[in-house]
Amino acid sequence: MAKKVLMCGNEALAEAAIIAGCRFYAGYPITPQNEIPAYMSKRMLEAGGVFLQSESELAAINMVFGSSLTGARAMTSSSSPGISLKQEGISYLAACELPAVIVNIMRGGPGLGNIAPSQSDYFQAVKGGGHGDYHQIVIAPASVQEMADLTMLSFDLADKYRMPVMILGDGILGQMMEPVEFSLQPSAFSLQPKDWILDGCKGRKPRVIKSLILNETELENFNLKLQKRYREIKDKEQRCEVLYGEDSEIMLVAYGTTSRVARSVVEKLRKIGKKIGIIRPITLWPFPERTFKKLEKSVKSFLVVEMSCGQMIEDVKLAIDCAKPVHFYGRTGGKIPDEDEIIKELDAISGFSDRRSDRG
Amino acid sequence: MDKIFEKPESIRDKETHYCPGCGHGIVHRVICEVVDDLGIREKLIGIAPVGCAVIAYDYWDFDVTEAAHGRVPAVATGIKRSLPDRIVFGYQGDGDLGAIGTAEIIHAANRGENITIIFVNNTVYGMTGGQMAPTTLIKQKTATTPSGREQKTHGFPLKVCELLSVLPGVAYAERVSVHNPQNVLKAKKAIKKAFENQIKGLGFSIVEVLSPCPTYLGLSSKDAVKWVGEELVKEYPLGVFR
Amino acid sequence: MREEIVFAGFGGQGIMFMGKAIAYAAMNEGKHVTWIPSYGAEVRGGTAYAMVIISDEAIASPLIKEPTICVAMNGPSLRKYEIKVKAKGLLIINKSIADSEAKRKDIEILNIPITELAQEAGDHRIGNMVALGALLGRKKIISLESLISGLEDIVSSAYHNLLPVNERAIRKGFEYGSR
Repeated sequence: MAKKVLMCGNEALAEAAIIAGCRFYAGYPITPQNEIPAYMSKRMLEAGGVFLQSESELAAINMVFGSSLTGARAMTSSSSPGISLKQEGISYLAACELPAVIVNIMRGGPGLGNIAPSQSDYFQAVKGGGHGDYHQIVIAPASVQEMADLTMLSFDLADKYRMPVMILGDGILGQMMEPVEFSLQPSAFSLQPKDWILDGCKGRKPRVIKSLILNETELENFNLKLQKRYREIKDKEQRCEVLYGEDSEIMLVAYGTTSRVARSVVEKLRKIGKKIGIIRPITLWPFPERTFKKLEKSVKSFLVVEMSCGQMIEDVKLAIDCAKPVHFYGRTGGKIPDEDEIIKELDAISGFSDRRSDRG
Repeated sequence: MDKIFEKPESIRDKETHYCPGCGHGIVHRVICEVVDDLGIREKLIGIAPVGCAVIAYDYWDFDVTEAAHGRVPAVATGIKRSLPDRIVFGYQGDGDLGAIGTAEIIHAANRGENITIIFVNNTVYGMTGGQMAPTTLIKQKTATTPSGREQKTHGFPLKVCELLSVLPGVAYAERVSVHNPQNVLKAKKAIKKAFENQIKGLGFSIVEVLSPCPTYLGLSSKDAVKWVGEELVKEYPLGVFR
Repeated sequence: MREEIVFAGFGGQGIMFMGKAIAYAAMNEGKHVTWIPSYGAEVRGGTAYAMVIISDEAIASPLIKEPTICVAMNGPSLRKYEIKVKAKGLLIINKSIADSEAKRKDIEILNIPITELAQEAGDHRIGNMVALGALLGRKKIISLESLISGLEDIVSSAYHNLLPVNERAIRKGFEYGSR
């Protein structure tokens, strides 16, 4: 077993990327993700890869585009305002079927907002923040260990489906230190040769990687091809963690840091016999609809908790076709919902908890 | 009979989509001749820009990608850094390089990226319908400067070679023109040098090519060529800047 | 066992490091730990804090609303955190610097002349180590030895010459806290 080390989420993510075979990183400084480029500036060179501090987030994502089309595992990272700048590049990556990993350590918005943790880029991430009918896979770690493990998964998914994958973390996950083990080995995918890259046409016909398709029929067909792939991903790659799925009458729904707080609430209330559980989506796109569909029959209502004004709640409602009440509790502007607030909300919904008995 | 002129190996057998009198076709061909001369076709990766030359890959018979508008130097950086032993060149127009992609070109040049940039300056946006480019001359009429470009409103024509020539990362910056055969030969020499520099690992090289766009200059092919040779070169003097 | 600890003080007092040192040592003892810093502009000057949870069981929420232990290394953090400490919790105060006194009666309060003790140990700047020692003297969360041996791993080797003075400071604090 690998030795446990104490590391912050941003560094664990960066180290995992190196282990996964990432050999190209470009990024532009922005809080709260600065530990990623700082870590990469040392480790990437040790690993024989390329580290570049780019002139902008635009340049960074396009450098990643260039590196990815040569077959390298490439990554960029930023935080909310910088991720907005990368949207153009993400659309082009999707259109050119290029794998890449993009990390968003979300902070408070809109605009410059602040540097405190937030989850208000959910829509941008899962609905496609750039132009065109595309998706990216969106992965939501909830611990430093997952910042590592899911980063490795992200590179595999990007290569497997030849598309951008976004790791959607938040300021807490990036900055927090927890014990982490780097026990995962690079997967078979990381070694598989890619037969579509540009590396000079020696011994083969020249290749073109482009996104301009002027002919309407061809472009429609290309879009249909993408959509087919997206359906396959929806079928195969839904991931989530469920606690107390068997008998819960009320289900909390939360991802990332918020899911940690929600989990504490569940543990507290379970101790006093309350039938409450949690669904923690790990893939935000594809959204783990199947799990919701399955639990929808037994669960009386859902409470979605986010560090936003209510974004993921829409996907929860869609997943269950609004068959059950879906409530929302969120904090925004860098505030984090706390346990007491969530319990209060549960009370308001259903007189669910006996608040005083769980204290002390 | 001896064959004294033939299609370069690196150019595809394809009918041109460029307007009559356009300079892009000449520049495409010159690049292909140089690629053949240097024997680098099989280790070459080209980058097409957004603009009239976006479908350059229809003519070039080697690996080509296409960058988002203005991002050619960033994409080139990503490719070259990942495959340092390949030859990487970007093909950019005046809007791509001089307006939307100014940050990318300056920083790629300043990092001394070991890449080659061919910059075609024809003073207008062709693909979108003849709008003002950063390099449009004062008083020049375009779709968005119907009374002619005024410095007060739109500033001065942007001098890319002059700008980049002060950066220590730039190994080579030359402005050439393709308005007559003599200048086409000079352009070829410059483009060849820009590729040779990369092969030698000397750093960033750029060749700015003054090129006619008869359609949006509102001139005949003959007059457009004349205008480049007589008027455009006054604002954009030919020569080596670094 | 579960302790939710807030370390607070001026930027530059080694607040983040205190949290890291105890979290690292606890991890090596097989405990579950989380460490959250205050980050961004506020870490230079102003009040910096680190939140550390040490627990025998897996930690769900890493956030601390009512710390069971608070180490207030200066006056502003004393004023900020005294009211937040959980009833029956422990408040350690850097008496050398704090310009006011704690008023709570429902928590345990430990006033320590941290700067003086650090000076006695050999360096007035390592009050953070004195405070950590005192914390362990009062609450046996982890062993003193784990803390001291852990420092070797987390202090950059360029500063290993300072390990002995740090150890002295920790032991001084421990002695004070054990009284």
